[in-house]
Amino acid sequence: MPAVEDIIIVRDMVKKFGKFTANDHLTFSVRKGEIFGFLGANGAGKTTALRILCGLSYPTSGEIKIAGYNVYKDREKIKKTIGYMSQKFSLYENLTIAENIKFYAGIYGLRRKVIDARTSELLDKLGISSIRNRLIRDIPLGWKQKLAFSVAVFHNPSIVFLDEPTGGVDPITRRQFWEMINESAEQGITVFVTTHYMDEAEYCHRVSIMVDGRIAALDTPGKLKESFNSKDMNGVFLTLARSKRMNAV
Amino acid sequence: MLAVEGLNISKSFKEIKALDNISFSVSRGEIFGIIGPDGAGKTSLFRILVSLLVPDQGSATVLGYDVVKDFREIRKKVGYMAGRFSLYKDLSVEENLNFYATVFGTRLDKNYDLIKDIYFQLEPFKKRLAGKLSGGMKQKLALSCALIHRPDLLILDEPTTGVDAVSRKEFWDLLKHIREEGITVMVSTPYMDEARLCDRVGLMQKGLFMSISKPSEIYKAFNKTLYEVSHSMGSYQLALNLRRFPWCRNAWMFGQKVHLSVDSEEGESLFQSYADENNLSYARIRAGIEDTFIELMK
Amino acid sequence: MKRFLGFVKKEFYHIIRDYRTLVILIGIPVAQILIFGFVVSNEIRNTKISILDNSHDEITKKITNKIISSGYFDLHSYLNSYDDIETAFRKGNIKEVIIFESGFSSRLTREGEASIRIIADASDANTGRLITNYTQGIIMNFLKDLVPPGIEIPFTIDSRPRMYFNQDLKGVYMFVPGTMAMILILICALMTSISITRENELGTMEALLVSPLKPVHIILGKVTPYVLLSFIDGLIILLLGYFVFGLPFHGSLALLLSEMTLYVILSLSLGIFISTVAQSQPVAMIMSMLMLMLPTLLLSGFIFPIENMPLLLQGLSMIMPARWFIIILKNIMLMGTGILFVWKETLILLGMTLFFMILSIKRFKVRLE
Repeated sequence: MPAVEDIIIVRDMVKKFGKFTANDHLTFSVRKGEIFGFLGANGAGKTTALRILCGLSYPTSGEIKIAGYNVYKDREKIKKTIGYMSQKFSLYENLTIAENIKFYAGIYGLRRKVIDARTSELLDKLGISSIRNRLIRDIPLGWKQKLAFSVAVFHNPSIVFLDEPTGGVDPITRRQFWEMINESAEQGITVFVTTHYMDEAEYCHRVSIMVDGRIAALDTPGKLKESFNSKDMNGVFLTLARSKRMNAV
Repeated sequence: MLAVEGLNISKSFKEIKALDNISFSVSRGEIFGIIGPDGAGKTSLFRILVSLLVPDQGSATVLGYDVVKDFREIRKKVGYMAGRFSLYKDLSVEENLNFYATVFGTRLDKNYDLIKDIYFQLEPFKKRLAGKLSGGMKQKLALSCALIHRPDLLILDEPTTGVDAVSRKEFWDLLKHIREEGITVMVSTPYMDEARLCDRVGLMQKGLFMSISKPSEIYKAFNKTLYEVSHSMGSYQLALNLRRFPWCRNAWMFGQKVHLSVDSEEGESLFQSYADENNLSYARIRAGIEDTFIELMK
Repeated sequence: MKRFLGFVKKEFYHIIRDYRTLVILIGIPVAQILIFGFVVSNEIRNTKISILDNSHDEITKKITNKIISSGYFDLHSYLNSYDDIETAFRKGNIKEVIIFESGFSSRLTREGEASIRIIADASDANTGRLITNYTQGIIMNFLKDLVPPGIEIPFTIDSRPRMYFNQDLKGVYMFVPGTMAMILILICALMTSISITRENELGTMEALLVSPLKPVHIILGKVTPYVLLSFIDGLIILLLGYFVFGLPFHGSLALLLSEMTLYVILSLSLGIFISTVAQSQPVAMIMSMLMLMLPTLLLSGFIFPIENMPLLLQGLSMIMPARWFIIILKNIMLMGTGILFVWKETLILLGMTLFFMILSIKRFKVRLE
């Protein structure tokens, strides 16, 4: 059986801000179609690493390939092939649902006909066709979020980066959101997600935990729980983060 | 003796009903948690209690004072922490603390023993500008500033949101210590697992309290049968499969397992046959907070 | 009281630690004064002129000499006839032509009347006027010495010369008061309104409200550091004017500083008022700019004389605090008058201050809605 390809390859990635090292020789890979959880305490370097992978900032050194593209030379190509969603949702509050979709789809170069067709499909699936012309600020949080995710994968990117996407929503919406993530993964989209909800770590195929700029652990949730002798990911995290606590600010 | 009492409070913002005729009470010296997603009304409720907003209907008393008429008294006796944004980013840790101390007519050393547990963690950074602290440290500083004048009631609006699990745990340890000093604490959070750490918990959704009870008794509001089911196909596929059946009331992913709720005895036996036929492992479990929340949300 | 001082202390920290804004706040007045002083010449130097002297007699020669030796004008050419005038303007790059009628001296001594025509290049309206003013001024001076009282020289140019209270006609008299008025109102109103709206935006205002601080504490606390800062700015402007540009100072320093303080407090009240209306910092900023700085620049008499404005704008000018302040400043600095001469304007400023202060305190919201 052929090996599943690695769609994100990171080797010895370093990011320094002046004297401060935010990312200290990170090395890991993410397989195509995988749901990869990227965990860590505040200040551990998660957001910094995420920004580099998205092409939003340059690493200080290291080899990074996203979907085959080199992060130093092909940033623009990377941006075209990925999707992104952050906790702040990035949907325009004073545009309607349909307008937001059209706007973002347009940025990724989708043609009008394609956009229209996919929009109808998406709205039907989410059950919100009747409110396609409602402003984003007038729809409940849970819907906004699911919509934001749909917009992030609207152009069928090879990878979608999610930065703490489930902050503050109710437990049903959270699970529905993760079901959407799973569905996308089954369609071949790789999902790279950071989160503070430890139970969500269990939904991932593999999880990495950053502490103080380094990757302190990387494995499937099941194996991590075994190694750290913990019944849940929360316990794993606490053990790891605590042991390096003294250095964290 | 009640620290806080709210009666039939309603509050709307334009067309959105943030609080829908809610009533509740908080006893002195307890930690009262409000658990609910964004938009549940937690912040609106807190703002009414600290006298920043006026209810459209209903009334509330805080420490015996009416939130509308006696707001000046309340503002002297309550410690309020509104997220992490009540810190001045361009002032140092020390300067922030001194500022809030002065504003409340006290000094850092007067109530030092109260904040000493938190402060000793902050002390190495006392000259650092608040804007340059990590999320967890900002939390602790904001808590200290809210406590500095030894309030009788502490109201904390989502103090642990967006902060990592370690800092969250430490924060709750601090709250326990504060309660031991006789200070009543009202705290809101979107994290269900933090409910266990409160004396009583109110589950809030869409401007209503769905239930108010001790954490150990929340499950009592769940009156269906709950199973924990697992299979090698993974929780996502399993949940989708289970939902196809009429006896499935709710099937949601919970980590690598699925929590299935069934609402009749007939349904139970139907499920069990299905499970046995298809090699699913299952066990009856007591409802946890999230299960209850999900159930009550319907 | 201690609460209040603690609050003021915090405000000072904010200001001092915001290096960029601080640099701008001190830098702007300095830059502005220097720009107006050195670069934007309100003064005329080496302006090229041509003279068409139809008399060539003693008096015309003396007048010509005086004009040329003033340092403001350079004689480009003597013209021979009226036909040369247009060519001279076009080719010679001159700004003015002075024409003496024939038989100038004899007409002057015998009839008591003689005419000098001044034709100025008015493509730049302001400089055009200034040039003729300067010319007229020089001529007036000459004639005052020469001619017994009661004799006039009618000019055929209808322009209103600006009257400066000295012989040298320095532009600094105009722009120092104007600059001060503009800078002070800008700093005070802009900074105060931003400071308050920023507190709202950051969410720290919530914490301040849920505390024993009263609104008046918060307002005054925000205002106090800027009083000090504006005072310093005002002093810098005065000092620069005095030492670098030779601005004379005839009046009472104490009175000047008191009036300056009053104007500062008025500007601060405006700033607070704007903060009660503006919902966010950018809005506060734009309101300050549009409602205060721009009208002050245009309508206060700083650059454009009020008397030349259409009636509507003259009326609007009356509600510009800067207009009254400039009058007060000029009176004190240049004419050396005391409070008796400026009581009217002072009262107006006082009234405005009280009005906005009271309005702001009333509008200041004790709650979040």
